Amino acid sequence: MTDIRSYEDNRDAGFGDYVQLLKPRVMSLVVFTALVGLLVAPVSLHPVEAFTAVLFIALGGGASGALNMWWDADIDAIMRRTKSRPIPSGRIEAGEALAVGLALSGISVVMLALATNVLAGALLAFTIFFYVVIYSVWLKRSTPQNIVIGGAAGAFPPMIGWVAATGSVSLEAFLMFMLIFMWTPPHFWALALFMKSDYGDAKVPMLTETHGRRVTRAHVWWYTVALVPFSLALGFTPIGGNVYLAASVVLNLGFLRGAWTIWRRDETVAEADGYKVEKSVFRFSLLYLFLHFTALLADAALRAWGGF
Amino acid sequence: MHRRRFSRNLGLGLVLAAFVALVFALTVVKVTQGDRMHANDGKSMAGTAAQPATGTAP
Repeated sequence: MTDIRSYEDNRDAGFGDYVQLLKPRVMSLVVFTALVGLLVAPVSLHPVEAFTAVLFIALGGGASGALNMWWDADIDAIMRRTKSRPIPSGRIEAGEALAVGLALSGISVVMLALATNVLAGALLAFTIFFYVVIYSVWLKRSTPQNIVIGGAAGAFPPMIGWVAATGSVSLEAFLMFMLIFMWTPPHFWALALFMKSDYGDAKVPMLTETHGRRVTRAHVWWYTVALVPFSLALGFTPIGGNVYLAASVVLNLGFLRGAWTIWRRDETVAEADGYKVEKSVFRFSLLYLFLHFTALLADAALRAWGGF
Repeated sequence: MHRRRFSRNLGLGLVLAAFVALVFALTVVKVTQGDRMHANDGKSMAGTAAQPATGTAP
């Protein structure tokens, strides 16, 4: 404890530490998917309104990140990956992170509601509540299905973007939500397979720890299979198009192939080649999601120019 | 330590200035778009078109 105290004394928090509290890398994904949800909607907002909407959706996501760090400070201090976060490293006090998180949550929800509509603001509030209370406080430490249900928090941004523009939830918004929701489990389990993490020390029940790697491999495959219909269905809604359908078919075949390989190979083979397949599937899954949303944007642009 | 505190204060100052500018821009947009309170409430867009500026010419 003494070493942490002395560390704290000579390292006052700078502005960057507060930015770290908002999990900027997660925010970049939120910005992108929320922006696409907003741009592909049939109603267009004034650029200033659209900018404000995306900014405060991202800030709401950042606020939930700060609240998550406040709650998880004890386990973050144990795990190598998270040890250097602002709270466990002593640069920001837990109570301060709580205050920042709550204040930014309030500001972002109110500003989104004022800039666009009340339903969008309410959805953002629910997303923050879901991520902090349902995921961080309740599920993360109690069930290996934590990331399955917690993935919903990351799936809300495109829906909020859509609602900010149109004022209501529709099939397209629901399918964009489902695309991220179903994508999250295989994406994270692929990561869990090759990240020799210390979730066990922190007593976080990850599937790899509770049910073993064999079961996790099977889960990657079956959740990928379950993801495919949602991805394809989005292509047949008014926001889908030729670009999206073509991209979706190719990307799903790629993801299925990778997930199948993960399922069929065993731990000794994986260990021998340094988890090559698992790593490549993880990287591919990031590309998978990014290109799906890029394709939606491309189709929207083509429609705007009167093509397709 | 003072440099860190300065970075914090400068950052916060810039963020607040940006926030003020944003609220101002948003207000200008909302006002010039007419009297809608929200971008879209899911209600019909008809009748919410921008009102002509009513300069009361003598």
